This record gives sequence, structure tokens and C-alpha cells, in this order.
Amino acid sequence: MAEMDTSGGGGHKKGPGVKKSKKLSTRVDLTPMVDLGFLLITFFIFTTTLSQPTALKLNLPKDTDKPEEQTKTKASGALTIMLGKDRNVFYYEGELAPDGSNFKSSNFKEIRDVILSKKQRTNPDDFMVVIKPSDESTYKDFVDILDEMKINVVDRYALVDISEAENQLVRATEGEAPATTPAAGK
Amino acid sequence: MARPKIARKSTSVDMTAMCDVAFLLLSFFILTAKPKPSTAVTVQTPSSVSSKKAPEENMIMVTITKDGKVFLNGGDNAEDKAKMESIINSLNQANNLGLTGGEIKKLVNQPIIGVPLANLKQQATLQPEQINEKSLPGIPVKDTANNELIKWMRGVVDVYTGGKVNLLLKGDNLAKYPYFKNVLTAFKKNDLLKFQMVTEPENVPEGTVLYKQGGEAE
Repeated sequence: MAEMDTSGGGGHKKGPGVKKSKKLSTRVDLTPMVDLGFLLITFFIFTTTLSQPTALKLNLPKDTDKPEEQTKTKASGALTIMLGKDRNVFYYEGELAPDGSNFKSSNFKEIRDVILSKKQRTNPDDFMVVIKPSDESTYKDFVDILDEMKINVVDRYALVDISEAENQLVRATEGEAPATTPAAGK
Repeated sequence: MARPKIARKSTSVDMTAMCDVAFLLLSFFILTAKPKPSTAVTVQTPSSVSSKKAPEENMIMVTITKDGKVFLNGGDNAEDKAKMESIINSLNQANNLGLTGGEIKKLVNQPIIGVPLANLKQQATLQPEQINEKSLPGIPVKDTANNELIKWMRGVVDVYTGGKVNLLLKGDNLAKYPYFKNVLTAFKKNDLLKFQMVTEPENVPEGTVLYKQGGEAE
């Protein structure tokens, strides 16, 4: 392909008695080598960009016992999200009613609409999401809900330990609820 | 009438120049590529829309496996290794572990640390190839009374005083939340209130608020 015929050309005519000295071309076909080179380049480009992990920032509040240093939120602007096992999500708005009537169950697909509708209905200064992961939830659930905060641009959210009453409600609801599709990724 | 002679040109192209370019690019990519960080412990990290790259300098990484074992490692460059050495040194003095200088050096060069403080001497005898999530018991964090990560984090705070430390947390998808909470407790007790969680990149879902804003999350 990529060689030129360098033998022959001009010069003397070979006589019948002159031995043919064959001139071999020194040119090598480089096409396969180029192919190989670009193949390796593609390989390196893909492996380097994919192995770079990203990082999700999280700032924790300082633990304080003094009530005047604690962040206060208006109950009306608060949305509490609880994470149960098997990627179940529960939420209530404002304060939890003693009979648990405003306690609702959801999942990772629907929680986005819940957050958005709450965000639109409340004054931005009062809006606050309280995240309460139960002991049954996984690290993935927690990161996914933080991700949801980023996706919906919620600036104020807090990580709070789940209370006993809430924990019982979560367990009771999970006991009743029909098994949702397991490992339903979002 | 003489026919005009059409010079027959060869259709093949000289590949030498292209070959040069290809290999120049290849060497450039190989040289700039960073080797994958040591994976003594395999962890499936969750995904997030965050587009910020995980830092690789001045870092301390805490890994939580799906069984809830906790491991600790520093960065790969010389500066981070020196810092790690001083961290182990300060722990050694504070807890009377009786580690020799040689043992500390060996621990620093191991990909990951994952034993109770009392067993650090034994981990120093292991070869780096023997280190994985099965052979090591992990740093105990289970209960607050015996949360040794608190001691480790105290060492980190002491060594990085004044400087900025990039605290990274790398958790497995299936790690239960209580382990994560215990690690958080260890951070909080030492006033390490800023940290970053290592995640896989993910696209911002279409139509969401962040998507409309341009989709750049920190």
C-alpha cells in the first residue's frame, strides 16, 4: 500500500548474462501500526476519564447542647424525610401529628415531586428539609437523598437522628406495605 | 493527435507522519494518566450529580465496606505519606503501642489500614499483597465506647493543624447507615465538620431545577 517502487527505473539495461540483483524495498507498510496507535489512544482516553471519581461535599453542624446556638426552623416550613429499609421513603410536613395522620410513604422516584411541591408552597426563608435515616437504611439511600437536595437545589437541609415514635411508624408501615420492587434504582 | 498523458498517481498515502502523530498522542496520554488508586478494598460507591473531582492531595480517606468494616488510608504522594507517618507516630505515643520506626514505615507503605490499634504491630508484618477486606478486621467503630476512629481522627487533626485536610468518605452502596453514623461521630468529636463523599458521576436528570440552572452542582 504505502510503498513505492524504487527498483528499476532508468539506468542500464540488463544484459542476458548479468545476474539479476533484486533490490528489496525498504519501505514498510505503516497502516497497521497507525491503527494500533489510535486503538491504544482510545483505550487510554476511556480508562482515564472514567476512573476519576467525583466528590459530594457535606458540611456538618457543630453538635451543641445550648439551645440558643441550635438552628431554629418554623415547623410549617419543614419537610421531614425518613429513610426506611429496601429504599422506602417516608415523609411528613411540619410536625408529626400524634396519631401519625400526616405520615406518608413514598419512594425515591416520587420524593422529588414532594420536595418540589413543598418548596413552591413555602417561603424560601422557612423551607428546610430534615433528613432522618433509620438504622435499616443504607449509605446509598443517604447519598441519594443528598443528591436529591442538590438536584432540587434545596439549600437548607439537616441530618437528624430518627426519633423512637418515627421509627415505630416506619416499621409499622413497612410491615403493612406490600413489598415494593426491590433495588429499584432511580 | 497525441493523447495527453495522464500521470498515474499512486493512491496509497505515506503513513509515517500519521504514525508519528498517533504515537506522540499515545505517549502523551500514558504520561498524563494517573494510575488507578490502590484498590485493596473494593467498594461500590453510590452515584451523585456532583461534578467536583475528588481531591488527591492532603487527603485522608475513610472507607466503609458493605459489611461495615472501616478502613483508613492516606494519599499516595510523598508529602501525604510523611503526614501519615506522623499520624501513626502520634497514635503510637498516645496509646503506648510500642511500634518501632521500621514498623511505622511499613504501615505507611501499606495500601490501607484496617485493624484495631492493638493489632497494628501484626499488620506491620503483613505484605502489601496480603492486605484486603477479608484478611483485616477493620478499625472498630461499632459502639461509642470503643470507637477507635475517634483516636485516628484526633491524630489527623494534630498532624494537619493549620493546614487543610481533605477528608474523604468512601462508602459502599450496601453499607448500613449506623456504620456511617459512627464514622460521622468520630469526625464530629474532633471538629472535622467538612468532608466529602466519594461518588460516581451521574447526569443531572432532565427537567429538574438543577438541570434548568445549567446542571453544575458542587
